[in-house]
Amino acid sequence: MQLIACPWCGPREEVEFSYGGQAHVPYPDSPAELSDEEWAHYVFFRDNTKGRFAERWNHNAGCRRWFNAIRDTTTYRFESVYRLDDPKPVTP
Amino acid sequence: MAELLRTHPLEAWAAAFERLPDTVGIAAEPYVAMVDVRLAPVGAESSAALGVDLPTAPNTWVPAGTGRVVWLGPDEWLLTSTTEAPEELEARVRTAVLPLGGSATDVSAQRIGLRLTGARVRDVLAKGCSIDLHPRVFGRGSSAQTALGQAGVVLLALSDSGDDVVVLVRSSFAGYLADWLLDAALEFTHDS
Ligand SMILES: [Zn+2]
Repeated sequence: MQLIACPWCGPREEVEFSYGGQAHVPYPDSPAELSDEEWAHYVFFRDNTKGRFAERWNHNAGCRRWFNAIRDTTTYRFESVYRLDDPKPVTP
Repeated sequence: MAELLRTHPLEAWAAAFERLPDTVGIAAEPYVAMVDVRLAPVGAESSAALGVDLPTAPNTWVPAGTGRVVWLGPDEWLLTSTTEAPEELEARVRTAVLPLGGSATDVSAQRIGLRLTGARVRDVLAKGCSIDLHPRVFGRGSSAQTALGQAGVVLLALSDSGDDVVVLVRSSFAGYLADWLLDAALEFTHDS
């Protein structure tokens, strides 16, 4: 089983984590002014990247903290993990 | 008010635990008061208010009087006391952390402790726990929130030789985990 490195707890088995979807999706500045279509895009529409993807993960069997990870969606390899207040790493 | 009947969830397992050899000792720990503390940041102020330095290194615990403080997250700790009633501990800790913007919640009924002792403790735990429990990395003062079998647990290392570990488990999972531990220990019960 692959290990995922929680930024707090260190490497743990994948089953200790849950997936939280695409990272860095900004909350709209003025949600009340959005059309239904724009709101639907914010709530439901996500990138479907092939390759390196910035994602949210939760270490729910451990410290229960959310963090971000860069994962390659073709290989499932975790390339880096970072805390929510860290900037998004530059990926080639 | 009716007198509430207090029974330990592992009372029915006591006889089975007593039959185990010293190499795979299992004992249910007595009830202790536990408080979940949320606080950030921590430092000299919180140490002075609480009388203990909240450990900021992940996966650690420190003694606090006869109780313990366990790191649960970057702004979360489990504080236990063997001498105070749950409501006393909660009130004392809340008074200490509230002015610092923190919170304290009594969670005494959430978890119970199992103490595992003996030379085979690591072998038993390794059957259902994926983290490295070698004393080189899991010596006294180490802790881990992880899974043991199918149960979420908090492990606390009490010795530097890997032969003394406390397992905190949710009360409703205690029976399952006790059965699991007895099964995992079975092959070591004829060692001595
Ligand atoms: Zn973690």
